[in-house]
Order: sequence, then C-alpha cells, then structure tokens
Amino acid sequence: MTQLYPFDNYWAHFGVFTVVVLVFALAGVMAFIYVERRGFGPFQLRMGPNRAGPFGLLQPVADAIKVLLKEDIVPTVADKVVHFLAPVVGFLPVLLIFAVVPFHEGHGLLPDLNVGILYVVAISSLGVVGVFMAGWASNNKYSLIGAVRVIAAMVSYEMPLVLSIIGVVLISGSLSMNAIVNGHDIPFFLLTPLGFLIFLVSAMAEINRGPFDMLEADSEIVAGFHIEYSGMKFAMFYLAEYGHALAMSAIAATLFFRGWVGPGAEYIGVLWFMVKTLIIFVLMIWLRVTFPRLRIDQLMGFAWKFLFPLALINLLIIGGEVVGFDGDIPWWMLFVNFAVAGVLVLVGSKSYRLGGGRVEVKV
Amino acid sequence: MEVRTQPFVLNFGPQHPSTHGVFRMRVTLDGEVVLDVEPRLGYLHRGIEKLAETRTYTQVIPLTDRLAYLSSMMNNHAYVLAVEKLAGITVPERAEYMRVIMDELMRISSHLAAIGFFLNDLGASVFTPLLYMYREREKLLDLFEMVCGQRLTYNYMRIGGLSHDFPDEFLPAVKRFVAEMPAYVDEYERLLAENEILLARAKGVGILPKELAINASASGPVLRASGVKWDIRKADPYSVYDRFDFDIPTGEVGDCYDRYRVRIQEIHQSLRILNQAIEQLPQGGEINAKVPHFLHPPKGEAYGRIESPQGELGFYLVSDNSIAPYRLHIRPPTLINLTALRDMVVGWKVADIIATFGSIDVCLGEIDR
Repeated sequence: MTQLYPFDNYWAHFGVFTVVVLVFALAGVMAFIYVERRGFGPFQLRMGPNRAGPFGLLQPVADAIKVLLKEDIVPTVADKVVHFLAPVVGFLPVLLIFAVVPFHEGHGLLPDLNVGILYVVAISSLGVVGVFMAGWASNNKYSLIGAVRVIAAMVSYEMPLVLSIIGVVLISGSLSMNAIVNGHDIPFFLLTPLGFLIFLVSAMAEINRGPFDMLEADSEIVAGFHIEYSGMKFAMFYLAEYGHALAMSAIAATLFFRGWVGPGAEYIGVLWFMVKTLIIFVLMIWLRVTFPRLRIDQLMGFAWKFLFPLALINLLIIGGEVVGFDGDIPWWMLFVNFAVAGVLVLVGSKSYRLGGGRVEVKV
Repeated sequence: MEVRTQPFVLNFGPQHPSTHGVFRMRVTLDGEVVLDVEPRLGYLHRGIEKLAETRTYTQVIPLTDRLAYLSSMMNNHAYVLAVEKLAGITVPERAEYMRVIMDELMRISSHLAAIGFFLNDLGASVFTPLLYMYREREKLLDLFEMVCGQRLTYNYMRIGGLSHDFPDEFLPAVKRFVAEMPAYVDEYERLLAENEILLARAKGVGILPKELAINASASGPVLRASGVKWDIRKADPYSVYDRFDFDIPTGEVGDCYDRYRVRIQEIHQSLRILNQAIEQLPQGGEINAKVPHFLHPPKGEAYGRIESPQGELGFYLVSDNSIAPYRLHIRPPTLINLTALRDMVVGWKVADIIATFGSIDVCLGEIDR
C-alpha cells in the first residue's frame, strides 16, 4: 500500500486533520442549516431567513447565540446523569464518522483505513444510543415513544443500507473509502443505480429526516426524544441531526459520486467533494419539504418488504457482474443496470402497497 | 412464554401542535396501538351562549365570529337566519345573494385551511402544503377585508341584511378569483391526489361507516365522505340556495382520504355556485330590511341552520319579547362529528389519531364555545 498521508510525521498528521475534521464538521453543519432554512423558502412560496446579515447568511450564528443564552431546564423526574450524557453520546459518533472521509486523494484523518466503510456503518449506528438515552432519561411518555421508534426504525433500515453499500464494496474490492473512490472510472450511482436509490432512502431513514422523521414527529409526539431538552443540550441534538445529514451526504458523495474526482481534481478536489455533498443534501431537503411522514409500521414494512428484497436482488446482480467480468465491469453495463433498476423498482412498487395496519382491539 | 406489554395512558394536549387549539385527549395505548380515546373538552370555554343572554340581538353577532373562527361569515349567517325566523323578517333579494357569495368564498377558504392542516397533521412537518393552501386563502382574506375591513372576525351580516354594500372593485376581484381558482385546485390535485405517502397514510384509515355516521348525527364533509348525500343547502334550502345548480360530492368508504377528496370537490362546487350567484346578483337596490334598533321578537323560539364548511351549524333561539335572547343554544357541527372519533381510531396507531382528527376539520372555538 502506498503511503498516502500528506504528512510524514504521524502526530503532525493526526493533529492537523483532527482540527480539519472538527472545522469541516461544524462549519459544514452551519452551512447546511443555512442552506436548508434558506432553501425551504422557494419551496414554500416564501423568502426564508433574510434579516441576519446579507442574504440571511448569519442566521445560523444568530440561532447559535440564541440557544447558548437559553435556560437549561432539567425535569425534576429525569435521570440526571443520563439526561446530561445523552446529547454528548448522540453528537460524538457524528464527528467520529468524518475520520475516515477522504477530502482529497489520501487527505483525511484515516482515509485509507482498511475497514473504512465498516467503521462508518458501525459508528453511525451509535448515535441511536444517545437518542434512546435521551428518550429514556427524560421520563416523558412522548420521549419514550420516540426513543422506541428509533430502535424499531434502526433495525429495519440498517439492513438495506449495509446491503446497498456491499454492492459498491464488491465492485471496488476494498472497504477503504479512498480505494472505493478509485474503485471504478464510472461513478457508482451510474453503475449501480438501484444500490444508490436504496442507499439514499435508507440514509434518509438513518438520519431521521424527511418523510422518515417519526422519532421526532412534531405533529404526533411533539418532538419525540428531545422534548425535555433546552438550551445547549437541545442544540447538541440539533447539531447531531445536521451533522449526521452532512456525514451521510459526504459518505454518499464518496461512495457513489467519486468524492473529490472531477475536472482539475489535483487543485480543486476538495471543492468537488463539497459540491457533491451539497447536491445530495439539497436532494434530501427537497424530499423532506415535499412529502408527508410515513407511519412507523409503514417504515418498517417498507424497509423489510420493499427495500430489503430489492437490496438482495441488487447484490445478486452486482455479484454476478463482478464474477462474470472478472472484477472489471465495462462501462456499457450501466445501461443494463439502469434498465434492470427501472424494471425492479416499477415491479416492486406495483406489487407492494403501503397502508392498512388496523389491529383488532378487545375493548 | 407470552410477553405482554402493559397499556399506558398518554395525555394529548391541551397544549399540543396538532390539536387545532386546546383539545385534549386521554389516549390509552398499547405500544403504538390505540386502545381507547377519551376527549376532554372545555379548555376554550368562554360562555358565549350565556353572554348572549345579556346582549341585544345585534350585539350577539360579533360573539358568533368567535365560534369557528376559520368560517366566521357562516356563523354570522346562521345566527341572523335564526333571528330573522324568530322575528319574521324578510331579507331583500340582493342581500341574500350577497350572503351566498360571502358564504361560498368562506367555504373555499375554510376547506383550504382544513386540507392544509390535515396534511400538516399527516406530518408534512415543515408546513409546505399548508403554505400552498394559504397562498389562495390570502387572496380570499383580501376579498373579505375589501368588503368589511376585517380578515378574521368579519361581523358582516346584520339582522335583515348586511352591514355594508359591496365596494365597486369587489365583484371584478371575485370574478378574477373564481376564474383562476380551478387551476390552483388542479395544481393541488396534481401534487396530492396520487401522492404515495398520502395514500398510504389516509386511505382506509379512520373509517367512519355510513350507519355509524348517521347514528352519530355527523354532518358536513364527514357525513358525505361516508356516502350519505346530505347537504342542508339541498335538504332544507335557506337563503337563495334553491336557485343554484350544484352537486353534492360524496365519498365511498368514509376514510380520511375520502374526507379530503370531498373537500377538494366541494371547492369546485362552491366555485360553480359563485359563478351563478355573481350572474344572478340583482344590480342596486336595498340590502337591509327595516328592522327596529331594539328588536323585540315575539315570544317563541326558532332554529336557524346552515351548511357550514364543517357541517350543520344551528342556532336555537328562545325569545321572551325582551331586547335580548332568553336562551341561545348553538349546535356546533365539529363537536358532534367528533363524537365518532373514538370508533374511528381505536385499533389504529398513534399517528392515525392525529390524521383522523385533522381530517374531521375541527375548530376549538366552536366546540367549547
């Protein structure tokens, strides 16, 4: 394996990229908050925030100042230690994910970690622990419902999420993020369109946004797990939510859009990476602002009965292609894959209907 | 070994984002499944029926604005209708047509808000559908403001007529609105009618069977969605509704989706009525009958009812020949529609309570009075 780290000294590399990751994550989250709040405007026939700074650019700063100055309320019946720890446990994994994200060829904290994508999958599930801790410690029934929904949802979408990633891993032949980007000349969202669709939907469930935000479902269980949080602790959950969105967008950009690769990548590779991340995030905003919410049992049914079989079929097809072409899939296979994906999604969506779900109750 | 979960009680409201005001439910849940729903009312009680006994007949009109505040014009109409029946007052024809125009504009506005809030309750949690509905509702509010200077509590109808005549620019504005509105309704239909998640969340959910709907004395879109062709405008025509040609849209199953569909189609029917009313509106002429300043209706009682956007809105008045009503009783349509809520949601999930509740289109100002 070639030495890809830009700094020879291990500690220099570690120190510099820890700061880079932290700055990228926090600045990225602020940028995303602005993009989403401002981006909602045109979707909703309104202006969006435009008072704080030019074009409302300082709105995230204003938000941050607001939550910092707010009173921190802890319910008297709460489990105080767990209540305090939950935002930290929820936020840390989000930062940890960025450790393996390559910002440029070999540039990152651990861009060539040989279990890179496995690490991402493992760490990103950890955030659920924080959410469940919050729901439990708040000693509030709404929180608890939200927390239980998180667990139920996680066991459902995690499976198709991982299976869709395995397709990419099969083609590139490596778990390392850096190697996956260099795995094939064609971006994987073209080569495995079905896998990308499944990944996108599962990732949106993973980050609990858009039509899958039933754990905070403000019209049903008010705010779910963070109903009893205020001030900076609430802001931590808020940061974690957007940080998770940023992380998932970055992972999707790396896995399916070839991360930093683009015209002039030697000089502006980081820019390409950021632009691709932003495009995926805007796609997520678009879906979030458009659709009503699914019910929790519908999400589970959707994940198990629709996404999971599709992910298995996708894996089978890609596996066959990898074996058939001896690991080097020619570019024209993308047309075949697009056709197969189209047919499968159409057949799947015609044969599987959401809805129903009434339970006979003895009164 | 069988593992049983223990049912628990969850308190919905009175402060809750989806209770359309201060509605409170005691919900018994087994996990996500609803075992029982018990509405607790009275958090917005202002004693409007009692207050009415201390006011003259005309002074009660502003109180009625505060009932279903998303359809105030209708409340005015139902009340003055009851008083006119009580005192035997004939309203000039032009005033009747003007009332119909205002009523139908109000119905469109109220249905738009109902559909928007219903989708909001389904969890389009960043308000997008609601804001699209409000785009058109805003135009309607501008029209109302043009006529009576108010955007929410209109206080426009008077006993025997109306407070003002239409300003000159009003009718052209209404014509413009009626002409452009169908395109907007079609836009909503394009976005919503076939929306997969809306279908999944609303179709077959919160079914109110026909028999139950009739037994519960439900009315309005809730009753019509269950397949009963019942509309006060046809069944017991008031004002000049017998002169218009319109259909009563009905649903088939009585689920949340049917209630949504009925409202969309009623917007189309209201536009039809508006077209005819504007055409038939008599030019010029008196808009107020001769009514004494202090009305002393003869001893007796009267019940005036109209088809409000939510259902049958009735005002029951008893007079003792004084200047104030001896007793006023209001039949609020949403309170009576709500009585079937428990049967509609038991066995469904928590999220479906909110969806069904939103599809009934409640207004707490009217339920608690």
